[in-house]
Amino acid sequence: MSSLFQSEQMTLCQLFLQSEAAYACVSELGELGLVQFRDLNPDVNAFQRKFVNEVRRCDEMERKLRYLEKEIKKDEIPMLDTGENPDAPQPREMIDLEATFEKLENELREVNQNAEALKRNYLDLTELRHILRKTQVFFDEMGVVTPTSVDSPREDETMGLLEHEHRSSTALQTNKLGFVAGVILRERLPGFERMLWRACRGNVFLRQAEIESPLEDPATGDQVFKTVFIIFFQGDQLKSRVKKICEGFRATLYPCPETPAERREMAIGVMTRIEDLNTVLSQTQDHRHRVLQAAAKNIKTWFIKVRKIKAIYHTLNLFNLDVTQKCLIAEAWVPVTDLENIQIALRRGTERSGSSVPPIINRMESLEEPPTFNRLNKFTRGFQNLVDAYGIASYREVNPAPYTCITFPFLFAVMFGDAGHALIMLAFAAWMVIKENSLIQKNIKSEIWTIFFGGRYILLLMGLFSFYTGIVYNDVFSKSLNIFGSSWNVNISTHVVHEEKNVMLDPVTCFEDHPYPIGVDPVWQVADNKIAFLNAYKMKISIIIGVIHMLFGVSLSLWNHVYFKRPLNIICEFIPQLIFLLFLFMYLNVLVFHKWVWYYAKGGLAAGPHCAPSILITFINMVLFKAGELPDRDCPSAYMFAGQEILQKIFVVVGLLCVPWMLFIKPFVLKSQHGKQMKAHSPLNNVESTDVENGRPNGGHAGQGGHGGHGEEFDFGEIFIHQAIHTIEYVLGSVSHTASYLRLWALSLAHAQLSEVLWSMVMRMGLQQSSYVGSVFLFAIFAFWAVLTVSILVLMEGLSAFLHTLRLHW
Amino acid sequence: MGAAILPVLVFTVLWGGVGIILPFLVPKGPNRGVLQVILMLTGACCWLFWLCCYMCQMNPLIGPIIQSHVALVMQQEWGGGPATNAQSA
Repeated sequence: MSSLFQSEQMTLCQLFLQSEAAYACVSELGELGLVQFRDLNPDVNAFQRKFVNEVRRCDEMERKLRYLEKEIKKDEIPMLDTGENPDAPQPREMIDLEATFEKLENELREVNQNAEALKRNYLDLTELRHILRKTQVFFDEMGVVTPTSVDSPREDETMGLLEHEHRSSTALQTNKLGFVAGVILRERLPGFERMLWRACRGNVFLRQAEIESPLEDPATGDQVFKTVFIIFFQGDQLKSRVKKICEGFRATLYPCPETPAERREMAIGVMTRIEDLNTVLSQTQDHRHRVLQAAAKNIKTWFIKVRKIKAIYHTLNLFNLDVTQKCLIAEAWVPVTDLENIQIALRRGTERSGSSVPPIINRMESLEEPPTFNRLNKFTRGFQNLVDAYGIASYREVNPAPYTCITFPFLFAVMFGDAGHALIMLAFAAWMVIKENSLIQKNIKSEIWTIFFGGRYILLLMGLFSFYTGIVYNDVFSKSLNIFGSSWNVNISTHVVHEEKNVMLDPVTCFEDHPYPIGVDPVWQVADNKIAFLNAYKMKISIIIGVIHMLFGVSLSLWNHVYFKRPLNIICEFIPQLIFLLFLFMYLNVLVFHKWVWYYAKGGLAAGPHCAPSILITFINMVLFKAGELPDRDCPSAYMFAGQEILQKIFVVVGLLCVPWMLFIKPFVLKSQHGKQMKAHSPLNNVESTDVENGRPNGGHAGQGGHGGHGEEFDFGEIFIHQAIHTIEYVLGSVSHTASYLRLWALSLAHAQLSEVLWSMVMRMGLQQSSYVGSVFLFAIFAFWAVLTVSILVLMEGLSAFLHTLRLHW
Repeated sequence: MGAAILPVLVFTVLWGGVGIILPFLVPKGPNRGVLQVILMLTGACCWLFWLCCYMCQMNPLIGPIIQSHVALVMQQEWGGGPATNAQSA
């Protein structure tokens, strides 16, 4: 029985590949994905391996590709992803690829550098233009404000420019005012002003005007806001001080001509230069865009090709070079059933490389334990990952993953148990499964999405089972469905009902003698003591499911023992384990079923509700060897059936006997087996030791190695401790795991209560509104309720139940 | 003993069919074993789950405690009640 129930049978193979054909053969094997190579040069440094240069070249190529990708992303060009899987290119193609990448990278770097220089120029020119515009205002004001040398202080705007200019220039010349004009970042301006004021003792005059539009910083590409300033001062000392402060605050100074005519000329010159630069810049950007677009078409395939080349060379590095330097030797683990496919692949590789010598596969015997290989498809992969997270099974051990496909969603569903939430989960999972091809294409990188998408089949099954358990628990968004008519009716006179605050429906009179066909009766949803009933029900099913699950697990181990031909294990481990579990915990299950069947409301005193013994107390008394207590003084018996007392005592005694059975018998049997083997082989040993002296050690090793692994290192103490650990782990574990299954009850209770609280606290408020305004209110409330339902109940509870299910499986 | 035969029969036949008969009908292919296991386990788990719920309720030892106004609504909507239906709420 192959496929998923057991890991595949593997064999160790030696491959002899001709050096020219090696690359192509490894490429073909890589596409198959069925071979695990062993490292034949473990003590060789990574830098001393044969193909280290090629790996280095691949790394370089990857670096260039990453740079290209970054530039493409910056320009927001979509990268074409055809989803095709190109084969690894031949070694000669690698050189072509290298050349292409080199050319592209150089071109791009050049373009970027040019663009940066151009942008810097552009920035300077733009700032200069702003300065020229703004300082016009300053100079005008300067002409008006200086009172000393001006004849008539009349601020007449209609004054001609010439006069104006004359005045301002005379003002400047008379007062020998110097000025500097420049541009500074807006954030730095207050500090700049303060520094100027302090350093120059208030003897400089600063005017500023903000530039409205942001300018692009050439180095970083950010948009920054700047301010134009002009500083008037008198004297050379102040001038040098001002210049130093400007340098310190990294303000750029520009030469600004004094006369308006010169300024106008300069402004015109600047404008033309800006336009020219704009043209050049846009053409540069176009060119860069074109280059990147051409690259973007192929970049994904290039990435894949380079990675494949690198992988091939890494694998080739694991091979051993033959003495004659003509062929490479490889050792690999190969599944036995795939030997044919590998032969075909190798032959294809040799044909492709044009080599004449066919590759040779040689099966080798090995005492090593082969790797565990399971052939998985997209459905089983998720479950196998869950199982492997606990630990990967040994070679050819039974694989619990196929059973997990159903038990995992089932246990989750027992804890999740709400049909409405299950439908939400089911819809989400179904969407992911139906659209899986297009979703894989999109290649979304978010890690959370990867986790959810990888587990889509698990989610689908969980949704389906949760829907079923939701129907059985009769819980749809915390409401019950009444499809078949409740089995309880209020068989009490209306008069009594009106009087009391609540009524208790007696099972004798109010129960219709047949239970609700599918699931929990809808009457319990409206009952006050719903939790008391559900607790009893859910605790019992938790224990029933738990014991059966554990029994299933123990039975799987029997299969392992049979396969590996260890009858000793069957007798000394499996049977006592089984008996322990059955006699103590399966008996508990039997008691539960018995009580469900034989105790009913109309059963009179002995079999009625009054005298029904509590199973938990019965079990505790059984283990403590205490005699049963009567539930009430007038009850006839504390036991459920005749002979129960004696049967329980026998069960406990036998169960307890199983513990030393598990603990002692196996080590002693192993010891006696080893002793017999030593005695049987001791005459042979004398013969073989002489052979050793004659220089033939092989025979002796074989003889002792064939003792099934015991050899001379039979350490009784270690085996005993090993067995003790196993026994204690099993005994204590079975008790604790059984109790641990009660989490099935706990989580389903929590889920149901959360759901109910959400409904009664949130949704009911909305439904109780009566006016038209109420409908709008209900709309908002529903949104709130839906968000909380999805986020808390589906997501949070779902994750929580998933985690607990995982624990139960481990 | 309160157990109607019909639901028990229906469900046993249903899940028995899923768990025992369908595995024989699984087409041959690489996944045959896994599919058979899945069908058998599904049948067994779902049948067991339904059975426990059914058996738990067929001989109830306690009854629900209902608020009086809810009880009146039950009498009116779900039928039942001592003098049957003719009473108003």
